[in-house]
Amino acid sequence: MMTNPTGRITQGQFSFLPELTDAEISLQIDYGLKKGYAWSVEYTDDPHPRNTYWEMFGMPMFDLRDAAGVLMELNNCRKTFPQHYIRLMAFDSARGIESIAMSFIVNRPASEPGFSLERQEGNGRTQRYTIRSYAADRPEGERGNGKA
Amino acid sequence: MESGTEARTEGATAITDAKKRYRAGVLKYRQMGYWEPDYVPKATDTVCLFRITPQQGVDPVEAAAAVAGESSTATWTVVWTDRLTACDTYRAKAFKVEPVPNAPGQFFAWVAYDLVLFEEGSIANMTASLIGNVFSFKPLKAARLEDIQIPPAYVKTFKGPPTGLIVERERLDKFGRPLLGATTKPKLGLSGRNYGRVIYEGLKGGLDFMKDDENINSQPFMHWRDRFLYVMDAVNKASAATGEVKGSYLNVTAGTMEDMYERAEFAKDLGSVIVMIDLVVGWSAIQSMSNWARRNDMILHMHRAGHGTYTRQKSHGVSFRVIAKWLRLAGVDHLHAGTAVGKLEGDPLTVQGYYNVCRDGFTRQDLPRGIFFDQDWCDIKKVMPVASGGIHAGQMHQLLDLFGDDVCLQFGGGTIGHPGGIQAGAVANRVALEAMVKARNEGLDIATQGPEILRKAARFCSPLQQALDTWGDITFNYTPTDASDYVPTPAVAH
Repeated sequence: MMTNPTGRITQGQFSFLPELTDAEISLQIDYGLKKGYAWSVEYTDDPHPRNTYWEMFGMPMFDLRDAAGVLMELNNCRKTFPQHYIRLMAFDSARGIESIAMSFIVNRPASEPGFSLERQEGNGRTQRYTIRSYAADRPEGERGNGKA
Repeated sequence: MESGTEARTEGATAITDAKKRYRAGVLKYRQMGYWEPDYVPKATDTVCLFRITPQQGVDPVEAAAAVAGESSTATWTVVWTDRLTACDTYRAKAFKVEPVPNAPGQFFAWVAYDLVLFEEGSIANMTASLIGNVFSFKPLKAARLEDIQIPPAYVKTFKGPPTGLIVERERLDKFGRPLLGATTKPKLGLSGRNYGRVIYEGLKGGLDFMKDDENINSQPFMHWRDRFLYVMDAVNKASAATGEVKGSYLNVTAGTMEDMYERAEFAKDLGSVIVMIDLVVGWSAIQSMSNWARRNDMILHMHRAGHGTYTRQKSHGVSFRVIAKWLRLAGVDHLHAGTAVGKLEGDPLTVQGYYNVCRDGFTRQDLPRGIFFDQDWCDIKKVMPVASGGIHAGQMHQLLDLFGDDVCLQFGGGTIGHPGGIQAGAVANRVALEAMVKARNEGLDIATQGPEILRKAARFCSPLQQALDTWGDITFNYTPTDASDYVPTPAVAH
């Protein structure tokens, strides 16, 4: 159990709010589609803050213009990886942006063990810090309550 | 608008006969060639718009010509050495003068400058001309540089922001919402250890950034190394506690460049993602620190300390929109650009104009927002504007409505002064922010429904309820001193 005020990992746009329902997620997807973004689904069992590349659950859905389709992909991912972190990401390909425009977590493992902070003492009172995912202590494929 | 003041009087135009023009003595500036009403600025010219208040009896056209003269090649008398140069091309040219609407005695003067006049990649050089002698010139009661159009040919001599707001978001892994920060308070007096406590609580509670204030450098109560060490411990602890990338702007402002480099290097060695400097360090120091930040993958935060001394009064000084343009070229990643609703000066539309200058790919003329010129930014990176100073969670709907997602909202007192403590203050702000972004995306009109959205969110978040109970009614509704001349706008009502 993490000790921050939410008790969980706070990455993404909406981690401080109650879990979004599928209807609420659809509204967010619609907002992105209206802006011309492409949605994609990504999942991981190692939510380290610097773990940039979560696994892609298929390609970004550049040609999908319907929230129901995106939600279907998300639910497929949830069925396959129920104990993983899953995030929805919207890409904006407009010149000068060409990056992620929205990102929020839509699935979490039942328990979120969080991270340890390891310190290595250096000269002049300096310290080297290493953040370790407790979840990553186990081998790939054996994390997330042994499933997946 | 009324057409410009015509140059009709005797001696109103440039003297073309070289023998007469260069006879020793004193001529009017417009006789010397600094007034060219037919001039069409070249695509490579810089164009400045000055607001001038000529002394009693001084003709506005002559005053405009004097501005062109004193900000380029002129001295008070004719000099024969002009004739050793292609002086016609070096002279700035005033080409239009118009009375300022509803401001008796004030005139707008447009002045064009040839590309050759400014050293490539040097804001110091450009400012030495444009806001040098001319602002002390006696025949003018007052002068203000209102706006500037910088040609692509000159823009491309600058590298611009070392990181830019897009790459900053990628590095921080934060998308689709404003960033959230707080300035550590009290500004002065905390020991390094106590200071780090505030950083840890704020970041763990949900903020993305904490921030040194402008006047925290290395004073007897807290030397810089001590601050950096404790702050970075707090940043890393908070990152582990939340699973998010966190940062704290370490102010490396110091008495010399050598000291600033030393402090910045130490911040880098400790793993900080960001350092900050104050505007008062000066243009050359800013550009040097920008180069350093670019070499070291560091976000460079600019605190605009001191700008109010010359940006605030409408009649004299330099508009902040010009300072923002220069800072984008000089290369900063964050820039304090006003809140409109907080404790510091700022008419909402005028402030939006500053934000657009920071973030646009191409800025269009927009008179209600005080933008007089189109500006092509030539793909130079975008600056993340920072809203800081007397703002609180109860204003979240106004802030998001005014500024959109690409802004860093900083609630200093509004976090640290929370009755439930610093973490509770951070939670209140983060919940208010996320609830407002979510509601806006869902299609709600946050400008009108904002207070209701906040009240609803407060039902599941008691720290937000406490924040609204404490500060809900606090507003700073004073008439701005620097609003557009084209539409009078009231302060934002609560």
